[in-house]
Amino acid sequence: MKVHEYQAKEILKSYGVPVPRGRVAETPEEAGRIAKEIGTETIVVKAQIHAGGRGKGGGVQVVHSAQQAQNAAKKILGMTLVTYQTGPAGRIVRKVLIEEGMEIEEELYLGMVVDRSEACPVIMASREGGVEIEKVAAESPEKIIKEWVSPVTGFRPFHPNKIGFGLGLGLAQVGKMRGILSGLYKAFIEKDCLLAEVNPLVLTKGGDLIALDAKMNLDDNGLFRHKDIAALRDLNEEDPLEIEASKYNLNYIKLDGNVGCMVNGAGLAMATMDIIKVAGADPANFLDVGGGATVEMVKNGFEILMSDPEVKVVFINIFGGILRCDTLAKGVTEAVREVKVSVPIVVRLEGTNVAEGRRILSESGLNFAVAIGMKDGAEKVAEALKRQ
Amino acid sequence: MSILIDEKTTVVVQGITGNEGMFHTRQMVEYGTKVVAGVTPGKGGQKIDGVPVFNTVGEAAAKTGANASAIFVPPAFAADAILEAADSDISLIVCLTEGIPTLEMVTVRAYLREKGVNLIGPNTPGIISPGKCKIGVMAGYIHLPGTIGIISRSGTLTYEVVDQLTKKGIGQSTCVGIGGDQIIGLNFVDLLTMYERDPGTEAVIIIGEIGGTAEEEAAQFVQEHVHKPVLAFIAGLTAPSGRRMGHAGAIIAGGKGTAKEKMEVLGKAGVKVVKNPALIGEELERILKAVR
Repeated sequence: MKVHEYQAKEILKSYGVPVPRGRVAETPEEAGRIAKEIGTETIVVKAQIHAGGRGKGGGVQVVHSAQQAQNAAKKILGMTLVTYQTGPAGRIVRKVLIEEGMEIEEELYLGMVVDRSEACPVIMASREGGVEIEKVAAESPEKIIKEWVSPVTGFRPFHPNKIGFGLGLGLAQVGKMRGILSGLYKAFIEKDCLLAEVNPLVLTKGGDLIALDAKMNLDDNGLFRHKDIAALRDLNEEDPLEIEASKYNLNYIKLDGNVGCMVNGAGLAMATMDIIKVAGADPANFLDVGGGATVEMVKNGFEILMSDPEVKVVFINIFGGILRCDTLAKGVTEAVREVKVSVPIVVRLEGTNVAEGRRILSESGLNFAVAIGMKDGAEKVAEALKRQ
Repeated sequence: MSILIDEKTTVVVQGITGNEGMFHTRQMVEYGTKVVAGVTPGKGGQKIDGVPVFNTVGEAAAKTGANASAIFVPPAFAADAILEAADSDISLIVCLTEGIPTLEMVTVRAYLREKGVNLIGPNTPGIISPGKCKIGVMAGYIHLPGTIGIISRSGTLTYEVVDQLTKKGIGQSTCVGIGGDQIIGLNFVDLLTMYERDPGTEAVIIIGEIGGTAEEEAAQFVQEHVHKPVLAFIAGLTAPSGRRMGHAGAIIAGGKGTAKEKMEVLGKAGVKVVKNPALIGEELERILKAVR
């Protein structure tokens, strides 16, 4: 789960990581009031959406009075911000973060992720801050220091020493770095993060280290033990169909094509999208109704799938293992009868009781094209599209 | 032959009194797996389909000699269940549970390394040596005893591949679902090592997907250490960046972990990469004809 910058900063602040003074606003007036309270010469107004590249898209403005802050907020609030991470549709800005401006001497990078190969968290730091770390990693990997933190030792003073001195910071800054890294690590572990990033961490002209930006991705699997974090979910940042699907424990992701897919199991669902592409068509979505899908889940999944107006053909690809194909076929026919469907449906069933399942489909009186195998299924889908 | 499990494997089911545990215990026993014990704290002394239930894994292992464990415990308690099994010196742990917090698995992995215990999963359909033993939730009947090893990050996609093979009369030595999570136990390299040594395995199929670098590590290992033919399919060529595709571990992060990249690296390492998931069986048949 992603959270907004202002939420990530609140979490980090509660762990002793210094962040700029500021608050979030939902109206221009509120933005003006906060700017006045902060009272610094420079004020920064930042759009809050779950995507990077906000500055380039016009979502960040530096101003010099409370009135200007209010005006900037008026411009930003309600705008559709398009960045390299939002896709062409962009995101509507509903909140702005109003912060004090900083006199910046240098921009550094701090990040922490779970290293899958090493099976432990890794802290990354670099003096090349303010740019995408992936770019630094690709072009000059030697400029990134990595420190793996073993769960046996936990975070120890030698970790920040290696990082601070490794970056070539002075003694005073290494001391400050120790506090920041210790807070970042503690927040990461206690809140079940998958990623926590401070980019940039700025060194001010006054010699302070401050988290100018912050990003956190929380582990969905950990949310059951963090009600406070779960409450930070912003439904405005998610696709309405994806929200609907999540209510039924379905994994649905909206894509750009026009072949609606319903598959059981994530791997098979991805493979189905891939084979649709091989056949010359494009998937409209990823929809995994679960490796052990029930009839109920199939019905809910089908409804969500059909709510997408782009869908011109449906491809149902189910490998019934423990769940029998006859049960599934009944679910599919019930769902098709309940949801008004005007597009062709290609069904591929395989697994336990498949003959009975196919018989139910073909005798249902509904307009199914029954496919034998994935390849046949994808080709039938492509043919159906061509006929339209 | 087979790897990790065979007709001698004896299994304790952790969480045997739950719905899933009970259902799949029955399925495993029907397949021929020797399920010798179950564990649910507080329910020791009961019997499920004739299988004795104990309060702890330690007690179950001591009284029945179980050497493998199948875990059907809810996510909040599953990490503890793995640790308990390792603590009781169970040598192979298969954790079916989906949804264990990633950082819990960090601790679990460190302890498993210390104990030298093998873990399959979590978030896996399990492992099966056809005709001998199944520890997991896969439908047993689609499998056929034979000489092909399968290692997969997926569930139903593995069934798809197994089905393609079985319909061509090509059997499997052992099929392992390594799990769809970010942090898992045995990985591609660990299992490739075992298949390479197993005289009963003739060729290996790798079913990978987007996210992480496990396939790249497998590629390097194949190039340096594997002499048997290896075929690979990587799911998610059309998956968008930055989105989690069902599995917790299936995400392209920062442009890294794409299917295209993995296919290229595997191809360069001498692995036969199949782009069309419907043609995996056909390709393998071709490879077998060439080497036999």
